[in-house]
This record gives sequence, C-alpha cells and structure tokens, in this order.
Amino acid sequence: MQIYLPIAEISLNVILLLSIGAAVGLLSGMFGVGGGFLLTPILIFIGVPPPIAVATQANQVVGSSVSGLLAHWSKDNVDFKMGSVLLAGGFIGSTVGVVLFGILKRIGQIDLVINLAYVLLLTSVGALMLFESLRAILRMRWRAGMPRKLHQHTWVHGLPLKMRFRRSRLYISALLPLALGFLIGVLAAIMGVGGAFLMVPAMIYLLGMPTRIVVGTSLFQTIFVTANVTFLQAVQNHTVDVFLAFLLLVGGVVGAQVGGRIGARLPAEQLRVLLALLVLLLGVSLALELVRTPTEIYSLTPAGGAP
Amino acid sequence: MKAARRGFAAGLWLLPMLLHPADARADVPLIADSSQPLVKISAGFVGTDVLVFGAKEGPGDVVIVVRGPVADYGVRRKQRVAGVWLNADRVDFQGVPSFYAVASSRPLDKVMTSAARSREGVGIDQLKLVPAEPVDAAEAEAFTAALIRIKQNTGLFGHEVEPVRVLADRLFRAEIHLPSNVPTGKYDVEVMLVRSDDLIAQTVYLEVNKSGFGADVYDFAHKQSAAYGLIAIFGALLAGWAAHLVFRKI
Repeated sequence: MQIYLPIAEISLNVILLLSIGAAVGLLSGMFGVGGGFLLTPILIFIGVPPPIAVATQANQVVGSSVSGLLAHWSKDNVDFKMGSVLLAGGFIGSTVGVVLFGILKRIGQIDLVINLAYVLLLTSVGALMLFESLRAILRMRWRAGMPRKLHQHTWVHGLPLKMRFRRSRLYISALLPLALGFLIGVLAAIMGVGGAFLMVPAMIYLLGMPTRIVVGTSLFQTIFVTANVTFLQAVQNHTVDVFLAFLLLVGGVVGAQVGGRIGARLPAEQLRVLLALLVLLLGVSLALELVRTPTEIYSLTPAGGAP
Repeated sequence: MKAARRGFAAGLWLLPMLLHPADARADVPLIADSSQPLVKISAGFVGTDVLVFGAKEGPGDVVIVVRGPVADYGVRRKQRVAGVWLNADRVDFQGVPSFYAVASSRPLDKVMTSAARSREGVGIDQLKLVPAEPVDAAEAEAFTAALIRIKQNTGLFGHEVEPVRVLADRLFRAEIHLPSNVPTGKYDVEVMLVRSDDLIAQTVYLEVNKSGFGADVYDFAHKQSAAYGLIAIFGALLAGWAAHLVFRKI
C-alpha cells in the first residue's frame, strides 16, 4: 500500500514505514537514544530527500521519546533535575551549533565534517563503552561481594555551584552537566540529531549516573531538543513531513513501549554492552561507507533560483 | 485501463472528422489532446499514465516530446582524498527540464535528420545542457552524462523512446508515464507531425498539481509554518502519550 507524502513529494509503502518506525522505536525504548542517528540514514536509503529525512526524524523522535519517557517515569527512573540542567546547557549548545553549521556550510564540505564526526564519535564512544562494560561484567563475576567505592574524588568535585541530584545519587557541581549538555548540543546541531547516543554514555561515564536513571533522563531532554529542531526546521526550511512523521510514529511508539519493557528487564551491564555494540557497528559501517568506492560518484542537488 | 477507455472515448469524438475527411483536411492537418490536462497528486498517487492522442491528415510520422518545468541543478562529483570519498568538483546546469520524455511512431533516426532533431530538441542527446560556467569539454561531457544518467535512474528522463501507435494512418495515441516523484508545474507536450518536407507542431499543456488533503497540508506548511511546526510537535506529543496510555493497561 503506497501513500504520497506531500512534503517529501514521493510515494512510499505504508507497511515499510511502519516497520522502520517500530524497529527504531524498539532501540529507542531500550537504550534511551532517540534513534535519529539510525532513522536518518534509513530514510535517505529508501529515497526520502536528506533535508526532509533529517527534519522529519526529529518530529518522530519527539513522539517516541514521550512514549519512552512515560514508561520510564512510571518506574520512577527519571532524574528531572539533572535532565533540566543538561537541557539548559543543550539549548545554548545547539544554538551555537546551528551557527557553526552555517559557517561550515559556507566553507563547503559540511557533509565530510558530519561524516567524520559520526565515525570518530561512534567508534570511540562505542569502543570505550564496550571495553568498560565488559570489564565491569568480568569484575562482578570474579569479585562478587567485594565492597566497591561509590565514586572517586577528583578535581571535578572541587568545582563551585554544587547541587544535589537525589535520583542520581550525586552531589556534584551543576557546571558539569551544564558543560556536558552544551558540548553535546553543539555536536547534535552539527550532526542533525538529538544527540542521546552521545549523552547516554557521557552520563554514565562522565557524571557517574546509574544506567537505569540515565535512559529516562536522556529521553526527557531529548524531547525538548528534538521539539526545538522540529520547530526550527518547519519554520526555516519547510522540511517536516507530518504524514511521514505520523507513520513512523505509529510504529515508533509501539516499538518504544516494547523496548522500554525489554530494557527494564535486562541487567544494566548487558544493556550497556548491547548499546556499545550497536554504536560501534554503526560507526564502523559509516567508516567503511566513506572508504568504499561508491557505485555512482556523481550526485544531483537542486541549485538555487529554481522557479 | 482507465486511460485506454478514455482513449476510446476520444476516438469516438474524433469520428465525425473521419467521416468527413475533406472538412478536416481543409482546416487541421494535425489535432492533438491529452487525457488528463490536470494531473492531480493526492494521497494515493503512485504515478500515472497520461494518454496523448489525436488525428493526423495524410502521411507522416508522429513525434511527441514532453518537457517538465525547467529547474537549475548542481552536479557534484566525489573524489578519493587520503582514502576517503568526498564531494570535490561541482558543475551547475541551468534551465534543465525537470521531466523529459519522447515518443515516436518510428525510430527517431528514421523519422528526423539529426539537424532537425537538434533544431526541435527531440531526443535526450539533443537536450541543450550547458554548464553554467565554462569547464573543459571532457569535463562538461562527463558531468552532462551524469546529470542525464541520474535523471533517468530516478524515472524523470525517459530511458528510451516510447511508441506512438497509429491507427489506420489517421488516429494516433501514446502513453506517457509520470512517476510518483514527478515534479509539479506546467508541462509542455509538443506533438509533431513530421513529413519528408515539413513539420507541423501543436503544443498541448499539462498541469501537475498537488490536490486534496496533501495539497492543503503542503500549503499550510509553507504559509503558516510556525503553526504547522507546533501542530507537528503537539501531534507527536499526543501520539506518544496515547501509546503510553494504551500500553499501560497491557
């Protein structure tokens, strides 16, 4: 069954769109990542023009994140205070990121910068997470029952503006999550995604938050970031296709609910290994894509001044 | 099927002319029309066949050229730099038809001389695709070929010449396929009666428009973009919330 998408200006299969939404939603619910970093390339692959794919996935992620957040909230796995601080940093960061994006675009080679950023971040974050979580699993097996230090004291804990994050069981400087939110906001704006796939590992390894809380908290801030992107894209570029977003959403919200349940049952360490593998896999495949000889080295873009 | 029925109806309409060939000959050696002067793109649109039909007087071949609204394109070429493929050279083309298809009652080279084809712009090899800024000849050729190849692969340039069927050396018909990604705008359908010594042409216009709910959405998204953005966001929020309510009970 085909449907014509008025903004994307192509016809696509309804079942295909529902399944794509469901698959990405499942991962989103399990890992607390929005799924934009997966959805965008998939949409482009099935023929959606890239600007429409980038903007519409943001709209879809708003819905799937709400669905995921509510599932985590009902289990009290969200640290709203931490989420708000991260969000504040994220908003400033994404504004700076949009400006940077414009500068890079003028210089040219924005595509390459985006691709290299993806490859570098995905492979390094993925490898780091995989290594860390495998080590943690091994340590737990070998030295089960050994008392573990809650966290180590470093210069970071000497920073001012200390804040208590009760749900995360942390007492740290608010500057830390603020800076983290800012940094990821910049990257997210340049790469055109919500940035949760960076936020999740950063919250675990840099802030030391419990994995279970991280997923819900990340979804909380993803909602606002992607809503902001949706709005800006709709106003500036008219590239949000609500029909496409709705179909992806129907599949996506169902997938996110199922994913949330699976995620809640899996042990935290195993969840981390899975996310690490996913991130690593994507990074490696993107790297191969950059190096592989393309079947068509030419590409067509609409130039300005078209009637 | 639907188009064929329309074609038949059109044939009936032309019947009086067949019965009185003398009248027709005096006024119109060529008359043509299309089954769908307005192609509407609605939610179920998967592409359509437009039937171009008509009647001709006396011998001669029929050649039909369909041109979509012109647009400007940039063609980029990737190049390997330090092992990585990245966009390097770019050549811009202006005034390229966004859609182009040719139909003919006989192979083109048997119908028209290459000079005539060039003059009338018949055939993809006769499209006047010139880089906006001068580049060297070999490069221009490579980029032009790439533009045509990509257009053909997306179904917007015909791969080959479509047939024009002629009935009783009098009535003719051809089907032009418009794919689902067909650009909107005004199309020129140039119908030519080619004889050994002269050429008679008639242009039929064709309009491709979005229609129905999809068109309203498109208009709204462009004219009330802030409201559209907000609706998109709240729609997504509602959908997420609704899904949660449904699943909480399971």
